[in-house]
Amino acid sequence: MMQGYNFAYLDERSKRMIRRAILKAVAVPGHQVPFGSREMPLAYGWGTGGIQVTAAILGQHDVLKVIDQGSDDTTNAVNIRQFFARTAGVQTTERTREATVIQTRHRIPEAPLGEHQVLVYQVPQPEPLYKLEARRSETLKLHACEEYGLVNVKLYEDLAHWGRVETTYDYPVLVNRRYVMSPSPIPSFDNPKMHRMPALQLFGAGREKRIYAVPPYTEVKSLDFEDHPFQVEHSGHACALCGCTTSYLDEVLQAGGERLWTCSDTDWCREQQEAKEAANAR
Amino acid sequence: MYIAVKGGEAAIEASRSLLAAARRGDPAVRELEVAQIREQLGLMVDRVMAEASLYDPELAALALKQARGDAVEAIFLLRAYRTTLPLVAATEPVDTARMQVRRRVSAIFKDLPGGQLLGPTYDYTQRLLDFTLLDGSRSSPLPPTSATEAPSNMPHALDALRAEGLVEASAPSEGDPPPPDITREPPVYPLPRSARLQMLARADEGWVLGMAYATQRGYAHSHPFGGDIRYGTVAVEIVPDELGFPVAVGEIDVTECQMINQFEGSASVPPQFTCGYGLVYGHGERKAMAMSLVDRALRADEFGEDITAPVQQQEFVLPQGDSIEASGFVQHLKLPHYVTFESELQLIRKLREEFDQ
Repeated sequence: MMQGYNFAYLDERSKRMIRRAILKAVAVPGHQVPFGSREMPLAYGWGTGGIQVTAAILGQHDVLKVIDQGSDDTTNAVNIRQFFARTAGVQTTERTREATVIQTRHRIPEAPLGEHQVLVYQVPQPEPLYKLEARRSETLKLHACEEYGLVNVKLYEDLAHWGRVETTYDYPVLVNRRYVMSPSPIPSFDNPKMHRMPALQLFGAGREKRIYAVPPYTEVKSLDFEDHPFQVEHSGHACALCGCTTSYLDEVLQAGGERLWTCSDTDWCREQQEAKEAANAR
Repeated sequence: MYIAVKGGEAAIEASRSLLAAARRGDPAVRELEVAQIREQLGLMVDRVMAEASLYDPELAALALKQARGDAVEAIFLLRAYRTTLPLVAATEPVDTARMQVRRRVSAIFKDLPGGQLLGPTYDYTQRLLDFTLLDGSRSSPLPPTSATEAPSNMPHALDALRAEGLVEASAPSEGDPPPPDITREPPVYPLPRSARLQMLARADEGWVLGMAYATQRGYAHSHPFGGDIRYGTVAVEIVPDELGFPVAVGEIDVTECQMINQFEGSASVPPQFTCGYGLVYGHGERKAMAMSLVDRALRADEFGEDITAPVQQQEFVLPQGDSIEASGFVQHLKLPHYVTFESELQLIRKLREEFDQ
């Protein structure tokens, strides 16, 4: 562990402040709670909110997993994992099932999460209405009045124009039948995983200084219309490495112009491959 | 009663001496060499070259020394020098696909032909002060760097999508007029994109950054992706009249950014990705990326997008972005304004008299 720095980098008072914000966020699911976001030694927009939430909830016996785009080995994930290994000395893992805290950017793991786990999202833009109303002073009022006409009109316009909703990631959700919430830029493919998830979901937006949460087993509904229900689109490919046909896939461009489709969740892909090998060995 | 400030000549002389002393600082500390600035404050040198639009690391370093590290003042010095230089020739467009790449990242594909090349970057340094740098005399040995040959042929990450027609073409169409030189021709709005890009390239980094950030926070919202961000060396070529073919006359370091955005299409154009573009001298990723965001926002009229925010308005974004023009005019308020002010004063006194009656 690093000399001269507190456990998990932040001082205890800052962590307490963040925990208070988290408690409030859990109490009011989907509501954005302002918090005194601290300057972190990683750049804003690179996960400072998630890092602060992780720092505030991390205990000595936690096992931390960090993913970026589903992958444990992308530079950002490696960097954040190293950061907590250095400043908190906690055990880290790449295995979803072993982790107690999972910090994520842009994906929900394919493996189902359990009650003993916390999923911490890095959120670049917590305000689900910002594309429609840029002034935060206004969006605050819209949330308070439960006035979500703007979003519904946007969805309706998409349907009228394209016959489909033109939002493929960061697809807005209604949490606990009250607040419209940004699920952070996860693909809409992942939205159904949020619904009644046994794990606590915490969202940290450092630059925008907001924390919000979805408590375990909470209703999370992707916005839609009765006659145009929300649908998940699959790429229609199977993973080239593990053969999985149900996971979210990355498109990898290869020299020569070919494309390779592989699971974006690298741990899931490893599990599937191991299961396949075990089955073959039998 | 006003007493005009007089004795200008002596005061100016004294001020210059004071400035020279302030620039030198404590004489007990060894004087900074231009070569040290050029070699060890390279990113600052690059910024000065970019915003002065003159590629000369030596002179940019000199300007920084003379300006005591003030970027805008150094840019001013270098631009004022640039204006004295004759235009010898116009170069061919640099071919960034043939760049000697020292860094190239693409955020849109997990892996791609040519690969990702992290190169020198602060991105993953965890921003902890390195106190060992305090003592310059205690030179710690440099960590070994992997001596991989810099690739000199790395296709752009967007090429494959371009081939599929999913991304708009990047080359100007046949018969496109040559770009105007914004340093020689007065701007007439609306400016063509070629002129806008020139103005953005030498616009103040902070201004462009703020404008770009605004688009990300919802003002003229766009959905950007970092398509291809690369830094390295490109050859500069000219075609001499007597030869008729391109000849390399030198090499420069540049940073290029191609940002891709969604576009829903129109009656005549199918839905596709559109691009914002940024290119700056030296290593300037922040500037090149911000530039490409603003470039895309400024193309609102081209795509029939609603113009709802300042960042989409050329006449707001471009002239105000020039730090030298802005700095001069803002600071001109230090000059005497006795005459104009006196006339205002007389007027307001008169109005007060009437008000009091």
